[in-house]
Amino acid sequence: MCIRFLLLFSRQGKLRLQKWFTAISEREKKKIIRDMTTMVLARQPRTCNFLHWKDLKIIYKRYASLYFCLAIENQENELIALEVIHRYVELLDKYFGNVCELDIIFNFEKAYFILDEFLIGGEIQETSKQIVNRAIEASDMLQETMEEYMSKPAF
Amino acid sequence: MPAVSKGDGMRGLAVFISDIRNCKSKEAEIKRINKELANIRSKFKGDKALDGYSKKKYVCKLLFIFLLGHDIDFGHMEAVNLLSSNKYTEKQIGYLFISVLVNSNSELIRLINNAIKNDLSSRNPTFMCLALHCIANVGSREMAEAFASEIPRILVAGDTMDSVKQSAALCLLRLYKTSPDLVLMGEWTSRVVHLLNDQHMGVVTAAISLITCLSQKNPDEFKTCVSLAVSRLSRIVSSASTDLQDYTYYFVPAPWLSCKLLRLLQCYPPPEDGAVKGRLVECLETILNKAQEPPKSKKVQHSNAKNAILFEAISLIIHYDSEPNLLVRACNQLGQFLQHRETNLRYLALESMCTLASSEFSHEAVKTHIETVINALKTERDVSVRQRAADLLYAMCDRSNAKQIVAEMLSYLETADYSIREEMVLKVAILAEKYAVDYSWYVDTILNLIRIAGDYVSEEVWYRVIQIVINRDDVQGYAAKTVFEALQAPACHENMVKVGGYILGEFGNLIAGDPRSSPLVQFNLLHSKFHLCSVPTRALLLSAYIKFINLFPETKATIQEVLRCDSQIRNSDVELQQRAVEYLKLSSIASTDVLATVLEEMPPFPERESSILAKLKKKKGPGAVSVPELDDKREGGELNGGGDRGPDTAAMSASNAVSRYVLVASSCLFMYIGFVCKNNGVLFENQLLQIGIKSEYRQNLGRMYLFYGNKTSVQFASFTTTVSCPGELQSHILSLNVQTKPVEPLVEGGAQIQQVLNIECLTDFSEAPLLNIKFRYGGALQNLSLKLPVTINKFFQPTEMTSHDFFQRWKQLSQPQQEAQKIFKANHGMDTEVLKAKLLGLGTALLDDVDPNPENYVCAGVIQTKGQQVGCLLRLEPNGQAQMYRLTLRCSKDSVSMRLCELLAQQF
Repeated sequence: MCIRFLLLFSRQGKLRLQKWFTAISEREKKKIIRDMTTMVLARQPRTCNFLHWKDLKIIYKRYASLYFCLAIENQENELIALEVIHRYVELLDKYFGNVCELDIIFNFEKAYFILDEFLIGGEIQETSKQIVNRAIEASDMLQETMEEYMSKPAF
Repeated sequence: MPAVSKGDGMRGLAVFISDIRNCKSKEAEIKRINKELANIRSKFKGDKALDGYSKKKYVCKLLFIFLLGHDIDFGHMEAVNLLSSNKYTEKQIGYLFISVLVNSNSELIRLINNAIKNDLSSRNPTFMCLALHCIANVGSREMAEAFASEIPRILVAGDTMDSVKQSAALCLLRLYKTSPDLVLMGEWTSRVVHLLNDQHMGVVTAAISLITCLSQKNPDEFKTCVSLAVSRLSRIVSSASTDLQDYTYYFVPAPWLSCKLLRLLQCYPPPEDGAVKGRLVECLETILNKAQEPPKSKKVQHSNAKNAILFEAISLIIHYDSEPNLLVRACNQLGQFLQHRETNLRYLALESMCTLASSEFSHEAVKTHIETVINALKTERDVSVRQRAADLLYAMCDRSNAKQIVAEMLSYLETADYSIREEMVLKVAILAEKYAVDYSWYVDTILNLIRIAGDYVSEEVWYRVIQIVINRDDVQGYAAKTVFEALQAPACHENMVKVGGYILGEFGNLIAGDPRSSPLVQFNLLHSKFHLCSVPTRALLLSAYIKFINLFPETKATIQEVLRCDSQIRNSDVELQQRAVEYLKLSSIASTDVLATVLEEMPPFPERESSILAKLKKKKGPGAVSVPELDDKREGGELNGGGDRGPDTAAMSASNAVSRYVLVASSCLFMYIGFVCKNNGVLFENQLLQIGIKSEYRQNLGRMYLFYGNKTSVQFASFTTTVSCPGELQSHILSLNVQTKPVEPLVEGGAQIQQVLNIECLTDFSEAPLLNIKFRYGGALQNLSLKLPVTINKFFQPTEMTSHDFFQRWKQLSQPQQEAQKIFKANHGMDTEVLKAKLLGLGTALLDDVDPNPENYVCAGVIQTKGQQVGCLLRLEPNGQAQMYRLTLRCSKDSVSMRLCELLAQQF
């Protein structure tokens, strides 16, 4: 899939999540974030979800108060990238139960963990919603039982 | 406070986040953050050992602060400590911190790598996945060095859990991208390819990304993946929507995997194995068929997933470019999307059609959608979509629709968004040049371009129009007239003044006969713009003025006055001042002859790649302008003239006056025309070099000896010559076959070297071959392009015939297109002997006692080409009183009549 980065920001341009899949300097990151928010927020309603930016394609979609903005390499497929965003939203939704912006603000680390189960290095690791959810639930279970597990006497 | 705090929530973190959100100002936020940082710092430095939970909480707070955009300069060590915690959540937060705040601190990297190593060998799949995610997130060289050899083992081991395999495949891909030299697949190759057959769809999905990347780099080693990919794709495409359970997305079976399989296949040519290919074509047809079926759901996710596969399949069809049937179906499908109510689909259809337009099988099919695309350019509300429409118009443009497309683009430019104007301007300029059949249309288009979007017309564009006007003598008069008219506008763009100044300076004489554009009117018009222009434009205008003095001696006094006034001769800008001073002096001391030599018309520019095309390539990256290049091959280069140097820099803006004069004076004495009726003589001469020619022709063959004489006392180094045939001669039908042997690369001072050209005339032609000479003289590279005087009449065989025969044949050649006629003013004296000598030099037989009027001349000859013989009859009727001639040619081939008529009209 070759995703370069994923940004979540609010209608006011507040960044809620940033995931970079290639090494970029902090300075450059800030510039990109600024470019993306101004570009995407300036778009009129009911326009298409795709933009060209430098040598990348920007795919964005608004869900309630949040914009999801994905940068993919030039030869990649826009529509399937749009569904990458949607699948991530579904995963968040399933985990938080009707996810809202506040969930992501207060549980940002969970949003990162869920993303890590779904995408690695800018590529899709697992597209099955069930499997990703099961993995996340399992790790939530783990934190409760790990202590007991580790304190069991070893043979 | 949030309602949900699943798992192991951290209350302190939630309170802190709330506090930050409640801050009313940026200052308050910074204050709150500084307070928190101080608190965390003291906790980390405190004597009391922190428990895991607190450490996790503080590291998480630091991470939050960092993600808000603040710098973090401590806490890394605590995060690394968390990595070796036994508690999953602590480890997880530790890894997250490391992933987000990569630090190339070597001490830390060593510690991090240690922790990762432990987790990788723990055989606990959740820990292994965490470690692999971290490697993939950081992807540094140090990590590649430490783990690149270990991960392939994990990937292919029989007992590795599926989820770990998935992480390992993508982790390896990331390392391969950052450090390809460290990831050696070798022995693993075949087992990695066979992951395409894995039972678990998730494993296939992850592995295929790795395989695609590796295949791009080493296609041969991975080529067995083609048949595996085809059979996997076939199974998915033919499955019912419920077969694949959770891998079905909104009734579409495995859309991500399907797209990736189609993408992998694009790394390879069509399968050679007939059965595999058949199966693949079947898949592609099924995908195209499904597009016509009614949707299984009204949800946009369903149609997106379905169409994602369709577009990827179309990309593959375009990549193969070998199945006309599929290409046309793809084009029809995209044609439907062009009018779809979903903006996304219209956008993608336009984008995808751009690539289809470059395939010879589908180019025509794409062209049928021109009206829809033009309409999109006019009516789409979304600038992104309009941009794609403009790209597609550019891609589908060819000779048949160029005028329409250029006109539409020009009218769109009037209202186009600022963001895309410059690119549009370049595109219009390129299309106008490439498909210019008549150059007056080209000149009109470019001047319109400057009028409509002057600010976006880059230097390349206006340089180019000047290069072309200089190289095409048939358009010079028209160009002069048109710029003159354009300059009449009360407000005209500075770029228009530049073009106007340059062209009138060179060719103003061509319109000076009309009292409405007399020399003085031209000058006053230009000078009325002078004061509003920038320094470089004024400098150009000053050069145009001095050229006026040469063209029109009657303007001399007026112009000298202008040059002499303080605002020029004492201008604070040194370039303007220098030009004013030098031009004034030059015009007052140089004789008319010297002036005429120094200020002679610019020589033609050498043929090179269009500088505008180069600019567009630079702007869009390689590949972006591939379409016109393909056209070049198909239709023969139409590009005329060229070169990177702008016309102004060539002759006028050298800051040193002397070098400027040398440059202008070296403009060659162009003697090409003189060679139509003679075979030997001097073709070219300047201060450095003299080129002499001797030539002989027999039947359709010719031999030409070129003598290059070094007139200086210094050696010429790297002396090379090349002969090229422009225009039609480049196309697959060669009209002339010119063979040369390379010359010695060194020409000593005062020495002469010789080169022999063997020429064969294959069919009739009009463009002369070009001789390009390059050499170094005292460090400076010299570059010359000359037309070689090979003209169609060189292949004449004289034919003697009686009056009766002549008129009988004359009657036989009576179709209108076989005749070409010109009436023109005598350029030279009308001396009988000179005329006779010229007509004999032409190569025909001069027939006496044929024409009833003894004043007239008639000639007959046969032009010998390899393929055919063309009989030609000529009649020249002088009118001594009016100093006019009427020239009539009748040939058995119409193009020959035309060409001969053009050539000869310049001779008398």
